[in-house]
Amino acid sequence: MSYKFDFEFLAERWPDFAAGAWLTIQLTVASIALGFVVGTVCALARVYGGPVLRRVTGAYVEAIRNTPLLIQIFIVYFGLSSLGLKLSADVSAVLALTINMGAYTTEIMRAGVQSIQRTQLEAADCLGLSRLQTILHVVLLPAMERVYPSLASQGVLLMLASSIASQISVEELTATANLVQSDTYRSFEVYVVVAVVYLALSALYRLGFWAIGQGLFERRRRLGTPL
Amino acid sequence: MIQLNANHLLYLLEAARWTLLLSVIAFVGGAILGLPLALMRVSASRLLRGLASGYIQLIQGTPLLIVLFLSYFGLGIMGYKLVPLVAAGLSLTFYAAAFLGEIWRGCIEAVPRTQQEAADCLGLNRFQQYAWVILPQAVRIAIPPTVGFMVQIVKNTSLASVIGFVELARAGQIVNNSTFEPFAIFTAVAIIYFAICYPLSLAARTLERRAHAGR
Repeated sequence: MSYKFDFEFLAERWPDFAAGAWLTIQLTVASIALGFVVGTVCALARVYGGPVLRRVTGAYVEAIRNTPLLIQIFIVYFGLSSLGLKLSADVSAVLALTINMGAYTTEIMRAGVQSIQRTQLEAADCLGLSRLQTILHVVLLPAMERVYPSLASQGVLLMLASSIASQISVEELTATANLVQSDTYRSFEVYVVVAVVYLALSALYRLGFWAIGQGLFERRRRLGTPL
Repeated sequence: MIQLNANHLLYLLEAARWTLLLSVIAFVGGAILGLPLALMRVSASRLLRGLASGYIQLIQGTPLLIVLFLSYFGLGIMGYKLVPLVAAGLSLTFYAAAFLGEIWRGCIEAVPRTQQEAADCLGLNRFQQYAWVILPQAVRIAIPPTVGFMVQIVKNTSLASVIGFVELARAGQIVNNSTFEPFAIFTAVAIIYFAICYPLSLAARTLERRAHAGR
């Protein structure tokens, strides 16, 4: 093999990679947080809502989980703008990623909420907790603790999937890689570098989710046993 | 500008065949590579376990899009020019193998340990234990999640569009370039994907329910 590896472009272009990675982090943290809120509300609607609400959230989950993210991003960015709702590429990406994350979160949190037994709700009622307190402390937090590993993996998968936003000209990490490789013709090296950055980001996100879990689930922190 | 017409829809449906072909390649390739990976993950050898889990973590920690770019543009510039179908098929195979390997490892581990101990007592060697006792039981557990994962494969073939392979997503972009009605076109594309994926999702759920009914 006569190919010579050359990583010299890094000396000059590393700020570009850093900027791309930073945008990836911003986009995905926003989408994960917003998607979590959407998904939690939909999960509650899916378990405790009336028949119409249940049907609507069910359709949302199935529609999103059975179509590719690429097409969802195209519909939000190109589709909505042709209908007159013009969103910037960054906003479109966050919107599409949020809708996507929301659907998966709904399904994950639904499993958690359904695992909370009726007797828990009755006990909360007897203790005189308000409806909001019951939902927050008796339903949501324990439900979340049960399904937290799935939520965390879904968050990491979403971060990786955000690379697809490069296709609507969002200047995140993958788009940066495309730009640098078209300047330097070092495509193999560029994509290896970016793959390493994504690996590091995955590790970082896992660590972040673990830390949030430690902060959120006091019971688990003290006892160290699964709920 | 050309009006959107029935021919466009026909073109999309024809392109969907390439989506299906790519999905089949990815699934078959992923299965061929995934089974040894799963077996390595439960192997007694530390080296084999480490290698398999290293591979799985590598693939699961990088976006499929980057793997695709590496195998198409990266290898291309190094002198190994692959045609888009091969590059996409290869990337999706690597991707599917990592996930299937991890799913199947879980299924092998879900077979009660006592089964292996009993096989051991009967004097079966390690190969016989896996071939006749453990794997046949693991396959039954593995079917629902494997069918569920097929949905992910079908959806991820859409990424092959970025290296110019004309499957469903790329066909949608091509039609959009001549008609410029993105909302209608990409909704149609989404519906075709849904028509492929939803039956698989339903099948996975039904199989799951049936698998649990016996317990």
